[in-house]
Amino acid sequence: MLKFPIYLDYSSTTPVDPRVAAKMIPYLTEHFGNPASRSHAFGWEAERAAEEAREQVAALLNADAKDIIWTSGATESNNLAIKGAAHFYAESKGRHIITVATEHKAVLDPFKELERQGFEATYLQPQENGLITIEQFRAALRPDTVLASVMAVNNEIGVIQPIAELGEICREKGVIFHVDAAQATGKMPIDLQKLKVDLMSLSAHKTYGPKGIGALYVRRKPRIRLEAQIHGGGHERGLRSGTLATHQIVGMGEAFRIAREEMATENERIRMLRDRLLQGIRDIEETYVNGDLEQRVPHNLNISFNYVEGESLIMATKDIAVSSGSACTSASLEPSYVLRALGRSDELAHSSIRFTIGRFTTEEEIAFTIKLLHEKLSKLRELSPLWEMYKDGVDLSTVQWAAH
Amino acid sequence: MSLPTYMDHNATTPVAPVVLEAMLPFLSRQCGNPSSNHEYGRAAKRALDEARQQVAAAVGAHPTEVIFTSGGTEANNLVLKGAAQAMKPGILALSAMEHPSVRSPAEQLLRQGWQLRSVAIDDQGRVDDDDFLSALTENPRLISVMRVNNETGTMQNVAALAARAKVGGSRAWFHSDCVQALGKVAIDFRDLNRQGVHALTLSAHKIHGPKGAGAVVADKRLELMPQIAGGGQERDLRSGTENMAAIVGFGAACTAAMADLEAGSLHLARMRAELEEGLVELGARIFSRGAERVANTVYFAIPDIDGETLVGKLDRVGYAVSSGTTCSSANHEPSATLLAMGVSPELAKSAVRVSLGRDNTLTQIHGLLENLAALRDQLLNLTAISS
Repeated sequence: MLKFPIYLDYSSTTPVDPRVAAKMIPYLTEHFGNPASRSHAFGWEAERAAEEAREQVAALLNADAKDIIWTSGATESNNLAIKGAAHFYAESKGRHIITVATEHKAVLDPFKELERQGFEATYLQPQENGLITIEQFRAALRPDTVLASVMAVNNEIGVIQPIAELGEICREKGVIFHVDAAQATGKMPIDLQKLKVDLMSLSAHKTYGPKGIGALYVRRKPRIRLEAQIHGGGHERGLRSGTLATHQIVGMGEAFRIAREEMATENERIRMLRDRLLQGIRDIEETYVNGDLEQRVPHNLNISFNYVEGESLIMATKDIAVSSGSACTSASLEPSYVLRALGRSDELAHSSIRFTIGRFTTEEEIAFTIKLLHEKLSKLRELSPLWEMYKDGVDLSTVQWAAH
Repeated sequence: MSLPTYMDHNATTPVAPVVLEAMLPFLSRQCGNPSSNHEYGRAAKRALDEARQQVAAAVGAHPTEVIFTSGGTEANNLVLKGAAQAMKPGILALSAMEHPSVRSPAEQLLRQGWQLRSVAIDDQGRVDDDDFLSALTENPRLISVMRVNNETGTMQNVAALAARAKVGGSRAWFHSDCVQALGKVAIDFRDLNRQGVHALTLSAHKIHGPKGAGAVVADKRLELMPQIAGGGQERDLRSGTENMAAIVGFGAACTAAMADLEAGSLHLARMRAELEEGLVELGARIFSRGAERVANTVYFAIPDIDGETLVGKLDRVGYAVSSGTTCSSANHEPSATLLAMGVSPELAKSAVRVSLGRDNTLTQIHGLLENLAALRDQLLNLTAISS
């Protein structure tokens, strides 16, 4: 039986996997110790659990557990990586920083903060498919470039940036390379033995772990140094003070263990559902897929429906829980800056829906969604004067609108 | 083997059953992100608002004055660095016994042109009145004094200190770390605010809530620069997807702690009285005994017995206590707070902290005292032999 609204917003956050929750609960009750307590068994058990989780998180990335720093989430990881590295290396390397216009706000806002402090930033404009090119990246580098930050997977359109190639260039030029991988873990293979990535931000709650926990991978070989952003008791090699939230750490470890073991088969099933959804709505006229379909994680489908109004589209589709842009900015009425950067018009950006499919999505849910979209779109367009004009062959871009 | 008796509640506490129950839905079907514009998101937003009201109610604040963080350390960083970065550098006055999560961000401000003024404490661990007044004459821009010390349990009358600053014409912003005070003493932010306190910091896991949630409670006139940017959550003062389960747990823990405040304190005070009586008989020196303290904390030293050693032995016979602050448990430096109180380094190295919780019993206190007596004799004999 279907449960409404149908959850198709897995890139906003995922439910905690029941196996993860089961592993967390004992660390709220009987094993509640503070991992920093060195004088008794409660503390030792908490520390042991946190270290086991560190191994599990590292294993998904083929990284060394010693390179993993716990944080409160990917937003904090991004802040620590970007501000921490830029400040540490500004004196020796320079004050030019590079990122992409379609990054998450948790990268763009720290960049703006650095700009206010006298750093100079370059924001690369992606191509129409959402991807940046190697040549474009190489051309942006300067002798004083200290840091580049490029996300692995875009949160709105799911496209995969060429991290491996960008890493090679950064290593060659001595530029610190940070990757926001919040949307990538469990969705694509990541091998930090091969990738020349210096800093990588991770989140638990996009990969069936709890909210409130994330990590920053900080490479030690070659050694990357950071200025801490939260100071105190000196936890996490002095890079991030504050009592470790053991139960959340245990949850992230278990979530990443499950991801490592199951991602290959799970992603094939999710790809099949995504393709079915795309096939099912392709026959709806004037729909556009946003972002490259090949260089993309299987979970994401972002579609603009032309000639419908954004707000009424959301109202009409409230039986499915989807996002009309990034969750963090959906409160504002601005059209998605990611879709705008791809060259989409305000109208197409406004009338876009991001479907993100996950572990608990079923074939029935996808079938229902296809049916719902067909019904609602034909109804909305019946009422739309724009649709009527389009059908009459009026070129809407030439219409002079009267001011109210 | 059964678990040892836990008497280290100032380090962290077990999550109360009622708190766990409140949290569980957010670790299963209640999966929404409060920023999402659909029913899952709206349900999360409602739960977030309710938790904010619960936390605000526990400290007599308005819900809009509560900013959720990942814990007490982040909260202290946000207040001190956030406030300092929003004004011209000047003097930050802080007591000599502040927690590392206050002291360390304060030290970071030195690089931005700030000066630190350490305010002396007396032999009972109270802020020294004369030195506080003297510090005020230096016109600090920021003052930070904790409400309850994590080691000694000494209470500071921050309302009186703030009032004195205000009456003296000080224009400093006054912050108080209330992490160890919440759930142990009544906190009324409205009243404190009237007296001149502008911001408090709180933590969930010291009051039988989960680790991973804390808060800043701040007067809105106090301008704060966000320390974690990107997303605009918490009125743009603290970005990042809200830790729903922990925040809901924090709210539930606050409500439970308030309901339990009086009865809990009586129970704790009774246990502490017996413990201290027994300790004195064993020849222990109890720190800050002459000061007003929270009911759960006993900080003592048995002369000539190393604190670390005693704590290790106690663990082996089934009692989990601490030799000082948890964060610095790894190093064997004597407690900075005790040294600031004028305690000799030798005696400070003997310090042991017992911090009780509401689940401890008088029977456990008696058991602890019996074991302490035996261990004392054993360890003193060893000392005698080796010397």
